[in-house]
Amino acid sequence: MSSETFVVAYEGDPDDPNVLDYAIHRAKAEGARLLLIHVLEWSPYSFLTPQEVEERHGRRKQELARANEVVMAPALAKCEAAGVPADGKIRYGQVVELILEETKTAGATVIFVGRSGSNSMAARVFGSVPLGLAQVAPVPTVIVP
Amino acid sequence: MFDRKAFPLAAGFALSGAAAQAQTIDETINSVVGAVTGPFVNFIFSPFPGTSFPWIVLWLVIAATIFTLYFAFVQFRSFPHSIALVSGKYSDPNDAGEVSHFQALATALSGTVGLGNIAGVAVAVSIGGPGATFWMILAGLMGMASKFTECTLGVKFRNEYPDGTVSGGPMYYLSKGMAVRGFGGLGKGLAILFAIFCVLGSLGGGNMFQANQAHAQLVNIVGDYPGWITGVIFAAIVFAVIVGGLKSIAQVTEKIVPFMGVLYVGTALIVLLINYDRIGWAFGEVFDGAFTGAGVAGGLVGALIQGFKRAAFSNEAGVGSAAIAHSAVKTKEPITEGFVSLLEPFIDTVVICTMTALVIIITGVLQVDPETGNYLWNAELGRVETVGDVSGVALTSAAFGSALSWFPYILAIAVILFAFSTMISWSYYGLKAWTYMFGEGKAQELSFKILFCVFVIIGAAMNLGPVIDFSDAAIFAMGLVNIFGLYFLMPIVKAELNSYNARLKSGEIKRFA
Repeated sequence: MSSETFVVAYEGDPDDPNVLDYAIHRAKAEGARLLLIHVLEWSPYSFLTPQEVEERHGRRKQELARANEVVMAPALAKCEAAGVPADGKIRYGQVVELILEETKTAGATVIFVGRSGSNSMAARVFGSVPLGLAQVAPVPTVIVP
Repeated sequence: MFDRKAFPLAAGFALSGAAAQAQTIDETINSVVGAVTGPFVNFIFSPFPGTSFPWIVLWLVIAATIFTLYFAFVQFRSFPHSIALVSGKYSDPNDAGEVSHFQALATALSGTVGLGNIAGVAVAVSIGGPGATFWMILAGLMGMASKFTECTLGVKFRNEYPDGTVSGGPMYYLSKGMAVRGFGGLGKGLAILFAIFCVLGSLGGGNMFQANQAHAQLVNIVGDYPGWITGVIFAAIVFAVIVGGLKSIAQVTEKIVPFMGVLYVGTALIVLLINYDRIGWAFGEVFDGAFTGAGVAGGLVGALIQGFKRAAFSNEAGVGSAAIAHSAVKTKEPITEGFVSLLEPFIDTVVICTMTALVIIITGVLQVDPETGNYLWNAELGRVETVGDVSGVALTSAAFGSALSWFPYILAIAVILFAFSTMISWSYYGLKAWTYMFGEGKAQELSFKILFCVFVIIGAAMNLGPVIDFSDAAIFAMGLVNIFGLYFLMPIVKAELNSYNARLKSGEIKRFA
């Protein structure tokens, strides 16, 4: 059994299960474990109203609980059902930056990322997550269509 | 059927009739509100016995000096650490998603940076002369220590609720903190008194003054029309946000306001660069006026009073409002919010207010007697004669306009946005004080919010004099109670400061970036 870890940049879109399915398939074939990373976009430099500041801590708790319940738990259950060992992390911040950080920390050898969102106008102007990872990732990055 | 051609004529008649009626409404509101607020204003601004110095201004200045000395010039010693905190160098990445120090600072600043920086400075310089700028800067620098003290306490003694929301501010640290010091009964009384003044302050400086100056700016651009029309429009928008929950308006404003702030400072720098040959002269006027009061009837004391008054009104140091905004931030170390908050008076007063003052001085909108070289004093109005005979925001607009003709239009938008964001911030501060007194609940919240909107209309309809006096009086009254409590509570802040500094030195408090 390989001791490799594959990182999955997991958006959690139920209509786009390809990236998780493919990562499970590859991990099973290689005997690797998966590390699913779900990032909630957040900038410490955005501006909040006093009301939003007051509610932020409570909202963060709700957002984390929801992300765990709706995104991470079903994904980990899917991995377990397929017999692939997997861990999950939910982080706040900038997606590409955090995926790279987790990849380095875990010593992962491959990153899997879905192609969804690459065609939006914003992605064309500012660059998408798959393109960002493809450009700067220190390990092979698989963009799953 | 609707006749398009007839509409302008009909509308014209309707407007002229409404205008005549509206003048009466304006005057009625002025006389009624002026009569009600007069005694309160007179009490707050009565002079210290035997001097012409308002005792309340002295109260704030002495407090800022005491805090500066007691914390051994914390505002200068900890300035670099404050910058490091705001830039996220001490933020634990695992806490991402919580309100960052930068966000806390920006939110608090959006409540303080506003008309005080534009209109208030113009009032200070036109009454106190250029020398008022020096005292304003000094008050800003010392006020940093007041802000540090109150915001640390705001976080330390806040209330945290099971749903994760928090409520804090002077109401809470006065009642809870004073109990820790063994003065529970006194603390509760002070907390209630503060809450009353905070509601009045939110309706005065945080509301009426903003609506009034926004109207003045609109009149400056589109011509004269009754203030209540601006008031009704503003009240409707504020109502939509604070009662209707139209967050999109508030969010858009919150995003544009920082941009307008940067644009304002940037443009002021351009005006100064255009007049670079007069910068040295302008600073000379500031220093000369500060110590000799040269050329202005009020002299040194007049400059000093105006400088301190406007600085306090602009940066709100010692007033306690910022403690409400900062207390909502989730942090393990209350003192870090103190460090961050001390940057507020620096940005607000030392940077932005000084920019406004320099632009007014350098562009020559304050009229000088060519024979004596002194500023022309208008005894009737109690201020320096100005080009176009304007004061307040119109004077700042004229100063910028004399260098960059298009800027008054940008300034008009900036003033309206600043006014709006300040109103939203103060509606929150007022609401927190209101619910502290009357309890949390939908009915209590709604009653305050409706009252707040009514005061928008009153503020826009009144003349500058009564509005600015009431605004000042209400906000300074908050400072009266808050600072009294801070004297009792400052040893708690000192213990926090010493503990934090020791742990910072030992490396226990980690730097993450």
